[in-house]
Amino acid sequence: MGEIKLIEVKEEILSDNKNFADDLRKILYKNKVFMLNLMASPGGGKTSLILHTIRRLKGEFKIGVIEGDIDSMVDSEKVIKEGIPAVQLRTGGFCHLDAPMVNEALKEMDLEELDLVIIENVGNLVCPAEFDTGAVKNAMILSVPEGDDKPLKYPLMFTVCDVLVVNKIDFLGYTEFDMVAMKERAHRLNPEIKILEVSCKTGDGIEAWARWLKEEIDAIGRQ
Amino acid sequence: MHELPITESILNIVLKHAKANNVNKVLSVSLKIGELSDLVNEWVQRYFDYLSKDTIAEGARLNIERTPVVVQCKECDHSFQVNIKKNGKPRCPECGGDEVTLVSGREFYINSIEVI
Repeated sequence: MGEIKLIEVKEEILSDNKNFADDLRKILYKNKVFMLNLMASPGGGKTSLILHTIRRLKGEFKIGVIEGDIDSMVDSEKVIKEGIPAVQLRTGGFCHLDAPMVNEALKEMDLEELDLVIIENVGNLVCPAEFDTGAVKNAMILSVPEGDDKPLKYPLMFTVCDVLVVNKIDFLGYTEFDMVAMKERAHRLNPEIKILEVSCKTGDGIEAWARWLKEEIDAIGRQ
Repeated sequence: MHELPITESILNIVLKHAKANNVNKVLSVSLKIGELSDLVNEWVQRYFDYLSKDTIAEGARLNIERTPVVVQCKECDHSFQVNIKKNGKPRCPECGGDEVTLVSGREFYINSIEVI
């Protein structure tokens, strides 16, 4: 038996996925496509927010949607009804999407024709935070009934997102949800995070969300 | 849940470095993972034991060092540790500023491997 040796590795665990994601982003920039990775718990309102977004922006921009689900087609059927191309990725049990999976979906789309691609990630506040999808920006939804303590329970998700959409604000009067405390917790983890309050039911705040997206799409287009 | 693909990634990197160095056996793997990650140490070890069967990394012990969340004050550049489970904005103990940037806490890498 030889001697015990220590080998320095210093390698990122998810470097393969990260490199793949960086390459995807380059392709998106080249085609002037803004890709958004939208994450939330199951029932947080991802599909509802996407449908609102489509209705607001489809006159102005060409939109495509990638639906990540463990095993169903229901979300993509709703999107296709709005006249928008949707690619359903069934992860077959995987709890998140990674860059190679998103790439498979992008192959089904004509990037030259598109301005905005929205990824609806698998409903889960844990795993999707760990995997770069190649998106230009990350957004998450926290819905009021889930409670204001979520930044304490799922810290990584709040640190990787550029935008936090607080959905179902029409529920505020019926719950103990403390908006000020939640915002402080989120800012503690991510001082740069932009927080938008919306209700997909009443349509409140959707305008501000659409404005943010429009600015991002325009910024890519100008590059 | 996502421990499985992550553990697979860890094993692949370990085997790559082990092969490049012509080693007989991997004894332990030292990992640095930030406090912000939700990974559960026990599960990573269990998946690793399962995936590494019949490889030169079989039986290797994973030593996971969790690195604390550290932020830097934008006012005075002072760096300090933050308890993310507490309420309120982090305030710089030096100047009282509350504008900070994240310095560490999101580490996710393999530091070294111990081999024979």
